[in-house]
Amino acid sequence: MSTRESLITRNFRVLTGLVLITWLILPLIPLAIWSFAKGWFFPDLLPKTWSLRAWEYAMSDTAGVVDSLWLTIGISLAATVLSILVGVPAGRALGMYKFRGKEIVELMILAPTIVPGIAVVLGIHSVFIFMGLNNSIPGVILVHLVPTLPYMVLVMAGIFANYDASFEAQARSLGASPLKTFWYVTLPAIMPGIIVGGLFAFLVSWSQYILTLLIGGGRVVTLPLLLFNFATSGRNDITGAIGMIYILPGIIILLLTARHLSGRSGAVGGFGQI
Amino acid sequence: MTHVSIKELTKVYPGASEPSLDRLSLEIPTGELTALLGPSGCGKTTTMKMIAGLLEPTSGDVTFDGRSILKDKPENRGVVMVFQNYLLFPYMSVAENIGFGLKMRKKDPEEIKRRVGEMLELVKLPDLGKRKPSALSGGQQQRVALARALIVQPNVLLLDEPLSNLDAHLRFEMRDLIRSLQQEMGITTIFVTHDQEEAVVLADRVALILDGRMKQYDVAEAFYKRPVDEATARFFGGQNFIAGTAKDAVFEGSFGRLQLPEGANQGNGVLTFRPENVLLNSEPSAVNSLEATISDKIYLGTQTRLKVRIGEEVADVISNPSDVEGLSPGDTITLTLPPGILWMLTS
Repeated sequence: MSTRESLITRNFRVLTGLVLITWLILPLIPLAIWSFAKGWFFPDLLPKTWSLRAWEYAMSDTAGVVDSLWLTIGISLAATVLSILVGVPAGRALGMYKFRGKEIVELMILAPTIVPGIAVVLGIHSVFIFMGLNNSIPGVILVHLVPTLPYMVLVMAGIFANYDASFEAQARSLGASPLKTFWYVTLPAIMPGIIVGGLFAFLVSWSQYILTLLIGGGRVVTLPLLLFNFATSGRNDITGAIGMIYILPGIIILLLTARHLSGRSGAVGGFGQI
Repeated sequence: MTHVSIKELTKVYPGASEPSLDRLSLEIPTGELTALLGPSGCGKTTTMKMIAGLLEPTSGDVTFDGRSILKDKPENRGVVMVFQNYLLFPYMSVAENIGFGLKMRKKDPEEIKRRVGEMLELVKLPDLGKRKPSALSGGQQQRVALARALIVQPNVLLLDEPLSNLDAHLRFEMRDLIRSLQQEMGITTIFVTHDQEEAVVLADRVALILDGRMKQYDVAEAFYKRPVDEATARFFGGQNFIAGTAKDAVFEGSFGRLQLPEGANQGNGVLTFRPENVLLNSEPSAVNSLEATISDKIYLGTQTRLKVRIGEEVADVISNPSDVEGLSPGDTITLTLPPGILWMLTS
């Protein structure tokens, strides 16, 4: 019985793996080939001539790809850190306490995942102009919080719903100040959530296009904006090279945090908790 | 070396109509081990958290050696609380758990290592310092929790149901360990429990709390011999309550006349006596001897419980199984209630 079950489980795993590879990896292969192609025309299965021209251009100063890469990393990191700073206390409140209007707060936090960003950002745009935040990097970082926060808060609320605060009381009783209690007791316990939520926040910020375009006013050129420019101008080889650079962080982060996404950790399992 | 004084301590939780703890006053002398005993929800854990600074009282005061500590932060009170479920930090090893309090006090790492080693010896777990708490048994976790609390040499130690999660054979071992460490270090210790047996075996003195109010604060023996009222007597397993009147050391009730000890309470009330103190098969001529009919006999292993009828009344008697061998329901026996075991409760 058990060998039969394990056989089914294994087949299912192999099948899932194949589907995921087909969906996630296959579409990237033509992109990768394009980046090394010197012209690639129908009906050739592979390009006739190869070249590193697209990569050389992408790495050159004139393309601005490297500057844009650092800018995007900086903006996404800042948005992630801010998401953590807001998401941890908010998740604690939603996961651990009962209070009046909790359902409304939950709905408001979830709203950006339901309401299209373009609808929200037009309103935000006029407010940011008033505050002088438009066309600026801080403005872009702030507006990225709109789509990143729901993920962060939801993950942290799930973590805190399964969290036992009496460990903090115990630490205080043993002589730890509130700050040390957080550092030695709370932080290790919620770390899986911070990692998973932070990963979500980083990738959501990383892939923002419309919000960056409108609030940045074309002056804050992150990688997706640059990528779009080249894609619309028909340079498939350069688009392929930048595309490769663009998906790199996602793959690196995924590999680094795969352990926490496996479902064995409470961070992802907590989604259904609130 | 701390004398703990609790004055009119009251806690009303927001939105609650009844106080969870109603004007509790207690004096706990230096170095004594006191039990707060009561059913669950009686306010005893609330009391403990207020002493530890984890909960703010609604009114009243707690003083250590005459100085109020209510304004002090939990980490500065010199109070360590050991929770019922031990709460060992899962990310730290046993040694790191025990050394946590010293690390928070910024002690030298070498000193911490040495004292953790001593502490592990003291709680008889010398080789387990490197393990994770999850790899320990319940009894071992309890000892680590105790070591973690004692290493900071607190002025006051608070224990929440220290024996209740342990198997029967571990209970006495742990009781002896707690008792010997507490005596050796002279730490004023308060523990809460719902189990009167736990309170009796561990504590110097017991405070019984029922419905948020303190009923009696005394040595354990007094709860059996001189309970303050019927509820207190019942909490300690008292079963026999006979209504009647006491006057000039004579009780008059449906039992007939019984001789009371000198100085017994006077007036209308209830006469009580412990089931285990009744004498069986005594001479009919002895003082306070009564005819009784056995209505039920329950064998409990180390003792036998008899339900007997005496006139209109029903009483409980506990005796040695060998003393009542051969007796069965329906038999008539002679009981004696020596004046020394009788206790008159008057309102």
